[in-house]
Amino acid sequence: MSQLIIQDLKVSIGDKPVVKGLSLTVNQGEVHAIMGPNGTGKSTLAKAIAGHPDYAITGGDVLLDGQSVLAMQPDERARAGLFLAFQYPSEVPGVTIANFVRAALQARLGESADLDATSYYKKLYEKMDLLKIDRKFTSRAVNEGFSGGEKKRCEILQMAMLEPKFSMMDETDSGLDIDALRIVADGVNKLRTGQLGIVLITHYQRLLNYIVPDFVHVMYDGRIVRSGNKDLAVELEARGYAWVKKELAAASA
Amino acid sequence: MSALPALQTPSVNGVFTSDAFASHLAAVGHLPAWWLDLKRAAWDRFGALPLPGRTDELWRFSTVAGIKLNRCTLAETPDAGFPIPPAVFPCAATLAFLNNRALAGEALSPELGKQGVIFCPIEEAVVHHAELFQSHFMAQAVNLGSEKFAALNAALTRGGAFLYVPRGVEIETPFVVHHVAAGDGAAVFPHTLAILEDTAKATLVENFLSTDPAGAGFAAGVNDLFAGPGAQLTYVGVQNWSRDTLAFQLNSTVVQRDARVLSLNVHLGGRQARHESHSRLQGPGAFSEMLALTVAQGEQEFDQRTLQSHQAPNTGSNLLYKNALLDRARTIFSGLIIVDPEAQKTDAYQSNRNLLLSDEAESNALPGLEIQANDVRCTHGATSGHVDAEQMFYLESRGIAPSAARELLVFGFFEEVLAKLENEALRSVLRESIKANLKT
Repeated sequence: MSQLIIQDLKVSIGDKPVVKGLSLTVNQGEVHAIMGPNGTGKSTLAKAIAGHPDYAITGGDVLLDGQSVLAMQPDERARAGLFLAFQYPSEVPGVTIANFVRAALQARLGESADLDATSYYKKLYEKMDLLKIDRKFTSRAVNEGFSGGEKKRCEILQMAMLEPKFSMMDETDSGLDIDALRIVADGVNKLRTGQLGIVLITHYQRLLNYIVPDFVHVMYDGRIVRSGNKDLAVELEARGYAWVKKELAAASA
Repeated sequence: MSALPALQTPSVNGVFTSDAFASHLAAVGHLPAWWLDLKRAAWDRFGALPLPGRTDELWRFSTVAGIKLNRCTLAETPDAGFPIPPAVFPCAATLAFLNNRALAGEALSPELGKQGVIFCPIEEAVVHHAELFQSHFMAQAVNLGSEKFAALNAALTRGGAFLYVPRGVEIETPFVVHHVAAGDGAAVFPHTLAILEDTAKATLVENFLSTDPAGAGFAAGVNDLFAGPGAQLTYVGVQNWSRDTLAFQLNSTVVQRDARVLSLNVHLGGRQARHESHSRLQGPGAFSEMLALTVAQGEQEFDQRTLQSHQAPNTGSNLLYKNALLDRARTIFSGLIIVDPEAQKTDAYQSNRNLLLSDEAESNALPGLEIQANDVRCTHGATSGHVDAEQMFYLESRGIAPSAARELLVFGFFEEVLAKLENEALRSVLRESIKANLKT
């Protein structure tokens, strides 16, 4: 069984510590939601694990199936089985979705083998149908001129095609209306076949009505301050993040 | 009264000595007298004109010190063993030239011949189609700085294609010309003349390559395109000379009433490559699309000078030159739009975009406008920027290695230009050429 272990992870942006000792273990097939107010380090955690060059890891470790990924380049981490669904995916003008995903799959095969075009397109169309994405999208440039919902579905499509072991989904619900949210959530649920581990980063409980998590963690000031099951998310929604802050203040007083 | 040409030391013209010209004339002595006279006049012009100098405004930013005419030879012995590159898409006909001499190609079909289409080496054209050829040969002045090298081409050219498409004849499949430089130090003088009469339609593709991709070389090419009223001409040139070639390619395009010309030049090879392109919009409704893609790498220098001359009302032109720069490569783009007083309602665009993939690469841009009419729409602009770091991270986060990611971004950057070509087979050949070049 695959396992992603985040051990006492500390991340800084420039001189500023943002993630301040965070630990979390995600087993294959589990969905962990990380909730928290803005500016608490949720996105930084996801990007740092993916290897973004602007984020310096100053302590702790990230182990994928027992192997540290910290010495790996971003592309190596991805090929090892990590995936980041971006909150704000980049536009890549002139590169079609078909060519982009193809390059990503080819990278996993190496120079020696060529991707079989027929089976590639078969799989791509299957996943597009699954995610209710119009097949015409294959020839559109990645994210260029896409609506918010189209960008998020394009992220899920890539996740479906690349079949990572663990996916960090960064604010996948942000900027989506309820219909778009439902389509994206349906897509993610269809990929919950027990193989994929998911870290779902969100500010709102709303998404968790559609993607029901196995575990919910509350992140505040760079740490996980509370963990529980899906009921924690409901409680959080009802009482607000101020409740967590107040409790923490009381505890440290 | 004209001034006497300045005295020059013999070394300025390098291997292009009067003895060399005399033996060239002897080799082509069987050709018509008017052709030989024309060559002699061109040779005199070449001799009288100076090499570009450091203070020459038309050569601003160019490494003029790199322009030396002594690193090549005029050997005209073709290496007969060189295979003509196989056709990878359906062609109307093919011609190939090896060190300026015609090799057997793929002949024009009898049907096209019957319709009056001509596609032959220029040395055949000067004999069999003298009037047509002579009236158009270098009829448009080369005036963007390389007059000396245009004269050298006229004096020494033997290799190149003459394409004539009569009124109303439309041909969908491309005419293809290969210009091959063989052997270390080969000097080549490709010359192209294409004439499309009223409402004719054709595509011409030219490949410029060396048998030894690392050997020294010299190339001075001239290319004249004429699109008669309502004609549609697509021209694609792929410059892939050896990495140690000093190259000049001088293009003139005439676009008459309601005609449309699309020219795309892909620049990959050469050590120092100068490309001049002048489009003359001569009749109302004329439109010229001027496109270029350049991959500049290693120590390569690509120097591009353009002129969009709007000489009639309601004419349009759209220039889009895109350069991808790696390593310590340099590019220079200098473009001018001139709108004559009578050319009202001109619609002209000029854009030079540079994608820098290295901190040591250098792009220079000098865009310009000279508008003498009052009711026109003209814009120009140049941009230069590095690969976006967030974009790179996005690609890498999908498992794509940095080198492959950069390649994808270069192709993405070029796609806007490639997409303007209708012929998908041609687009895919160009993508392959660029890809092969990026890997070397």
